[in-house]
Amino acid sequence: MLEPTIYELSSSGRSGVKYPDPDVPLAKLPEGMVRKELPLPELSEFDVVRHFTRLSRLNYCIDTGFYPLGSCTMKYNPKVNEDAARIPGFSQIHPLQPAETVQGALALMYELQRWLAEISGFSEVTLQPAAGAHGEFVGVMIIRAYHLSRGDTKRTRMIIPDSAHGTNPASSAMSGFDVVPVATDEKGNVDLESLKAVCDDTTAGLMLTNPNTLGLFDQNVVDVVNIVHKAGGLVYGDGANLNALLGITKPGMLGFDVMHFNLHKTFSTPHGGGGPGSGPVAVAKHLVDFLPDPIVVVKEEGTDEVPPLFGFKTPAKSIGRVKSFWGHFGVAVRAYTYIAMHGPEGLRSVSENAVLNANYILARLKDTYHVPYNRICMHEFVAEGKWQDAPEVRALDVAKRLMDYDFHPPTNYFPLIVHEALMIEPTETENKQTLDQFCDVMLKIAQEAHDSPELLLEAPHTTPLRRLDEVKAAKDLVFCCYFPMNE
Amino acid sequence: MNIPTDLKYTESDEWLKLEGDTAIIGITDYAQEHLSDVVYVEFPVAEGDEVVKGDAITTIESVKAAAEVNSPVSGTVTAVNEEVTKDTGSVNTDPFGAAWMVKVKVSDPSEIDAMMDAAAYEKYCAGRS
Amino acid sequence: MFTPHTEEEIRQMLGAIGVKSIEELFTDVPKAYRFPNLDLPPAMSEMEIMTRLQDLAYANESTQELVCFLGAGAYNHYSPAAVDAIIRRGEFLTAYTPYQPEISQGTLQAIFEYQTLISNLTGMPVSNASHYDGATATAEAGILAYHHFRGKRTKFLVSNAVHPHYRATLRTYMSGMTGLTITGDEPSVDPLSNWKYLLPQIDNNTAIVIVQYPDFFGRIFDYSELAAAAHAQGAIFTVVANPMALGLLKPPSEFGADIVVGDGQPLGLPLSFGGPSLGFFATKDEFVRKLSGRLVGETVDQDGKRGYVLTLTAREQHIRREKATSNICSNQGLMALATAVYMSLLGKQGFKKVSELCYHKAHYAADKISNIKGYSICSGKDFYNEFIVCCPEDVEEINNHLLDHSILGGYNLGKDYEKLENHMLIAVTEKNTKEEIDMLCEILEEVSHA
Repeated sequence: MLEPTIYELSSSGRSGVKYPDPDVPLAKLPEGMVRKELPLPELSEFDVVRHFTRLSRLNYCIDTGFYPLGSCTMKYNPKVNEDAARIPGFSQIHPLQPAETVQGALALMYELQRWLAEISGFSEVTLQPAAGAHGEFVGVMIIRAYHLSRGDTKRTRMIIPDSAHGTNPASSAMSGFDVVPVATDEKGNVDLESLKAVCDDTTAGLMLTNPNTLGLFDQNVVDVVNIVHKAGGLVYGDGANLNALLGITKPGMLGFDVMHFNLHKTFSTPHGGGGPGSGPVAVAKHLVDFLPDPIVVVKEEGTDEVPPLFGFKTPAKSIGRVKSFWGHFGVAVRAYTYIAMHGPEGLRSVSENAVLNANYILARLKDTYHVPYNRICMHEFVAEGKWQDAPEVRALDVAKRLMDYDFHPPTNYFPLIVHEALMIEPTETENKQTLDQFCDVMLKIAQEAHDSPELLLEAPHTTPLRRLDEVKAAKDLVFCCYFPMNE
Repeated sequence: MNIPTDLKYTESDEWLKLEGDTAIIGITDYAQEHLSDVVYVEFPVAEGDEVVKGDAITTIESVKAAAEVNSPVSGTVTAVNEEVTKDTGSVNTDPFGAAWMVKVKVSDPSEIDAMMDAAAYEKYCAGRS
Repeated sequence: MFTPHTEEEIRQMLGAIGVKSIEELFTDVPKAYRFPNLDLPPAMSEMEIMTRLQDLAYANESTQELVCFLGAGAYNHYSPAAVDAIIRRGEFLTAYTPYQPEISQGTLQAIFEYQTLISNLTGMPVSNASHYDGATATAEAGILAYHHFRGKRTKFLVSNAVHPHYRATLRTYMSGMTGLTITGDEPSVDPLSNWKYLLPQIDNNTAIVIVQYPDFFGRIFDYSELAAAAHAQGAIFTVVANPMALGLLKPPSEFGADIVVGDGQPLGLPLSFGGPSLGFFATKDEFVRKLSGRLVGETVDQDGKRGYVLTLTAREQHIRREKATSNICSNQGLMALATAVYMSLLGKQGFKKVSELCYHKAHYAADKISNIKGYSICSGKDFYNEFIVCCPEDVEEINNHLLDHSILGGYNLGKDYEKLENHMLIAVTEKNTKEEIDMLCEILEEVSHA
């Protein structure tokens, strides 16, 4: 093992952080309701700190290395964001305090709503959704509510391209829709003829990621939107790839009706090893009434002397609450800080550099790795991790070998429409030296794949652990290292 | 790849063997290879249930995929193979034998005629990427 | 701003790509919509944005300045310094989801330990890696129940003493499932009735019964009889629990819970105006494949060394797609780590102590308040760290007065329960001192005399 578990380090009788004794008389405990055993570990504070610090050192992270993970946008997470979120006036306010006592928080939320709306070209934004998938669910529910409000109960089908992220069809199914796939053509765009064929009066809408998961800007995006609108459907934009579009275009202008953002991708809030994220949703004018409960609004206009009074409002035909309280405020503070520091030119520069970096890597790798859709890409591109003349080697092996060179692998096996896919997204915060190092290593690995494939097949060699037995994990289910209570 | 000649096949990689009026159903070698190591098998149906062609009769999970086995025929379920839920690896090692999934008493034999024979299935698999 | 390239480097890169300018990379964008103006304030330096943020923050009154007696789903507990120190480490903060386990053992083992701690706290053998919050975790329990019965059972029975936000979220989540009725919490139900009113409503069409423990009003009940009634009809019994209370009270596993969910904010997470926190979800072995959300499992690597991986991923959206029962992709990784650190720092003794401090201080407060003319406690016999005060006048008025004395008063229950006008829900934690409680009582008394 690398590091004992917290229970293995436990020593009976040891105690950690101290608290004062009660300064009030002891009340009678509730009869028959008091716990007999509390099986928590017993360690000193230092034991705990050392344990988790040692664990942290087993992690790869953005702060130590490059993560060319397609569709994840692993850009630098500014340290100032962390200070911002921890200002006591933000981190120590209770969600249910009277509105007059949290005007600063409401002002920040209101401004962020406005900024996101401006960036994307929409009318109104909700900060409620806790993650991208959550935002998708909200967006799909809004589409559903819109059609139902017009008495249009036939629209039970959602069109989703075959390149879409799994959350798209899952969100649709959760909202009660049937999923209708539509194909991608050989140029990497939504196949217009196929799309026309599936659009009819049962179409609730289309979920479109643009740029798509191949990293390509749909060359017919306006036609796509028009076809769906003509059939009476709405178009949902999956904003996971927004890092390519800041100041470049606005989904609202292209005709999208609703979209979600991933603050933890485009807007630099940290991934935290798997969350928390935040997935605000923006809507066009005709969908504003359906936003989740609540949004931040101006209750009383301000004057030159007095700031506006902010408060919450439940939209007229709201789909309802989608979580408790007001969304991930702590994450919103970080995104607010990021946008404020960039301003309009800065944001455009983010996308320009993200797209520049991706195309640079594409240019250096495309003669060695087959790129099925070989055109100027956006902020990411997809290559195949396999060669006809090195048949033993697959994308998985390329990925594992990259770890030996101290790089995190690109996204593997997604999108499903490319075999042995490697989706590469450098982001705009990487310098040219890092990009070149990555390309040099990718070229080296390609060579190894042909000359000494066992280096890839047996990789990784230098990481804290080597390939893990995932079959065993799925068969011998162990989720817990200590559980003395009997069923 | 193994494609026994005495069986019938579907495009979704189920095989069927008729014994009297009972169909024995499982998944093919092609399917198990694409699923890779199977870790879990579950039956959403039980003895006595009526099924219609296309109904899900088994759920299979591997490390990287989850798939449903759809009944190629309509009829009544007469047995489910509990052994395979305990030895899930047999789906990979013996998909046509020990890892049969469900037995269905067939109500409409013409549904079987519509299935592919071994040669047709082999051709079909060759054409897939 | 964080883009590093020099002019020269950009020139080189454009050359390698084969275009003359960056603009050329965007020819696929329709010309009419290319390079729009962004009407945003000009860029600020770090120094300037921190000043702006401080201004915004000063427009808030926080629990640093105010003495807090407000709960209702978010609690002002103390978070030891070591919690934040650990989660600020870049190795945890800036790590991605652990899809490549060889280089993510820090995150994976931390989450595995979180799962273990939650299992032990709730008494349920399987815990997932967390949901967004208590409300969405409750909704996921509903989704699990719905699919468990394949949509054939169409009634959800929910106590009116479950947090209003959680019940609303559950309804939104289930609104895509036609024919489903969520009942048991109608406005006509007397809010202060106990759970017995649910008993006659359980039938063989009931998929799930959901209660809260302690309930939204802070009351402690033994739900054994209700659980048994649910089980007699084959329904799933779900308990929404306050994890801090579980340091003192017996875990829901002991009175028959099939699923235990709740919000992890009390476990060392800052109030942060309501988010981010986490939703924990713990259940019995039988439901492990029906669980949504991530799961970390133990295994070994090819050299036989113990390690951890995300497992049972075949259930999840990226594989099952439209057949997945939930679309959840993220867990609240960093928050789960924070609560694991918190629970480890307090440990068996410390956690019990903090849990008891909340109980005793709350009872001291309730006792004192009940002796103030015009006020009475209507929570019933057993409560944890929250109780209902029946007030002599409008709760908003009282709270305004309290604010003048830098005290954040309790929650106005009239907002969510028609029949509870003039009822205030007061919460007390280990942070509230005897002096603060005495001061609260003094001001409450002032108000009732005025």
